[in-house]
Amino acid sequence: MRRNLRHDLPALSEVTAPDIRASRRRLITDSIGIGVSAAGFGFAFGLAAREAGFSPIEAMAMSAIAFAGAAQFAAVGYVASSLAWPGIILLTALLNARHLLYSAALSPWLRNVSFARRAGMAHLLTDEAFALSISHFRRIGMADERGYWVAGIGSTFIPWNLATLAGVLLGGQIPNPARFGIDIIFPAAMIGLAVGLITGRRELVAAIVGAGVGVVVALATSPAIGIVAGGTIGPMVGLVVPASLARETAPLGTPASAEHYALPGTHADQPPPGVPDR
Amino acid sequence: MSTNLILLAVLMFSVTYPSRALGLLAPGLDRLPRIAFAYLQLVGPAVLAALAAVSVTVVIGGDDVPSFHVGIEWIAVFVCLAIVARRGNLLFGVIAAVAIVVIARAAGLAALPA
Repeated sequence: MRRNLRHDLPALSEVTAPDIRASRRRLITDSIGIGVSAAGFGFAFGLAAREAGFSPIEAMAMSAIAFAGAAQFAAVGYVASSLAWPGIILLTALLNARHLLYSAALSPWLRNVSFARRAGMAHLLTDEAFALSISHFRRIGMADERGYWVAGIGSTFIPWNLATLAGVLLGGQIPNPARFGIDIIFPAAMIGLAVGLITGRRELVAAIVGAGVGVVVALATSPAIGIVAGGTIGPMVGLVVPASLARETAPLGTPASAEHYALPGTHADQPPPGVPDR
Repeated sequence: MSTNLILLAVLMFSVTYPSRALGLLAPGLDRLPRIAFAYLQLVGPAVLAALAAVSVTVVIGGDDVPSFHVGIEWIAVFVCLAIVARRGNLLFGVIAAVAIVVIARAAGLAALPA
């Protein structure tokens, strides 16, 4: 599909600075929501780490060096229950294997960024950074390195680490953090991000199946394995939806959304799945 | 102050970073077949939905055995989902979810997590 054949939408080459600014404003707004989530979750992690006997510097090392969200929580639980380190490492690798798919999905967008900066970007690649940045890229139809840094650092890394520090230092003074609903922030943020990425029936099917498989497998084995199973099986089932029924929509009606699956530089000469050639 | 667990953090980084970096740094991964990209497009919704679902429906008991959980958290997460789907405002959705849980627990309508 040639990019300039749709007369109802501006061509990709006509993406303007106001388009980018508008998308960045939405990125920042969404990042604030994610930042609240990261802060709440990071604070809860700090509390949990303190309870498990982590010193402040150990908790901070976990958040800054590993920077692995749910895997950190799991690690705290296993440290508290004296699980051997190899088991914790294996669990961490399993839980974070999904990032390979995220990084591959972002790769075409960021191919023109220098190797060193991509290496730095990789450390910041979380569920939240992926969802925020790829949504932003799709809206404007191109990569926006500054947007990625906002998504990675501003929305997650800074609030997560500051909140971890606050949690591990101040946690002893809060009798029961669950009273303040901190535990619900993470799942609410995750489902909200998932909804933001659903732009057709394939994504919807993938999300529903991913959730169902995740819960069943988690009950049968462990939450970590359930999440990985849901995240890998859900997309497989989503692909079964025929392209003719996928009904890929165009959020915001932008050029990027019109070519939802046509990542820059890839398959631009072919109709993307779910979008009829014109 | 103990520093023993810093090594654990480094080891966790050593198994996490490759997953994050391989796609971004390895040449050629951006030339995957179209079906692979179609698959990757679906990974985000699936993983995030699985994370949310497992977080609110599966709890680990004192015996380390996963069990099914039904609670106010379901309603809170569903309300967040509905708000984001209808209004596109994640921050509002998260705040609403937290408010529901806090009010329900304060009113004694829901138990605090173990």
